[in-house]
Amino acid sequence: MAAAVGYDDVRVGDELPRVVIGPLTRQDIVQYAGAAWDFSPLHYDQPFVEAAGLPNVVVMGMFTAGMASRCVTDFAGAGQVRDYKVRFVARIYPGDTITCTGKITRKFETSGERMIEGELTVTNQKGEVAINGSFRAAVG
Amino acid sequence: MVDRSFIGRTSRTFSMPIEWGKVREFARAIKDPNPAYLDSDFAARVHGGIPIPPTFLMTSMAWEIPEWESGRVIELDYSNGVHGEQEFQLLRPIFVGDVLSWTQRIADIHEKDGARGGKMKFAVIEGNYFNQRGEQVAISRSVMIEFPPRPAVA
Repeated sequence: MAAAVGYDDVRVGDELPRVVIGPLTRQDIVQYAGAAWDFSPLHYDQPFVEAAGLPNVVVMGMFTAGMASRCVTDFAGAGQVRDYKVRFVARIYPGDTITCTGKITRKFETSGERMIEGELTVTNQKGEVAINGSFRAAVG
Repeated sequence: MVDRSFIGRTSRTFSMPIEWGKVREFARAIKDPNPAYLDSDFAARVHGGIPIPPTFLMTSMAWEIPEWESGRVIELDYSNGVHGEQEFQLLRPIFVGDVLSWTQRIADIHEKDGARGGKMKFAVIEGNYFNQRGEQVAISRSVMIEFPPRPAVA
């Protein structure tokens, strides 16, 4: 596996390059539904969500988390992530644009791998937090 | 009341091949243009194989449904709930061509007081994934939440 960055090149406190994606569309939601086999009506059925008191269909939390994972893989390399954890705190809707930012909080060596650990935040275009996350990735 | 007797209940062993078509489809859906997922020559040269995106194991649900739907197993109503948290620990590399086997287990069930009264139910589902060599490659942890029943609308 190839890391995109070297251990000696990163410092605690460094920020990951931000990832901005959107505005998201219903077609994006349907495409993820098929790819991930997530067919809850919450994500495509307008009468269903209105009956549930929501203004619109909802972007799957794991769709947003998947887009946000690029924040780590763009930086550390594909296949380098060792732990990826997300907590969903607000919904994302069609029309929203998400921004993922991240910061390195720790670097250490364990069982032959050199690791970075960090925090991630995903916000919508109003700056409201949708996801709080954390990651661990191997670096070269 | 939550029924804690469900804790420890475990699915049968499921299995799935890691297919390039599915990895490409998933990478495109999450808008990740990384050539590691899209270009097999690049992936072989740079990564030693086609890796998977960090959240790709979400697709393993397709191999479990309808037999194991944790909400039904533990009588949790997901239509009045949310996916609260998700974690993937990726212990060893997973490449296209691998064949994974896994079980899902009810790791915990508990309840807390909701902010607007009533009880919120929490279930923690843990998946343990192994490759074709019997090596553990991943652990998934999902926290599912059911909200208190809504008051009837007059």
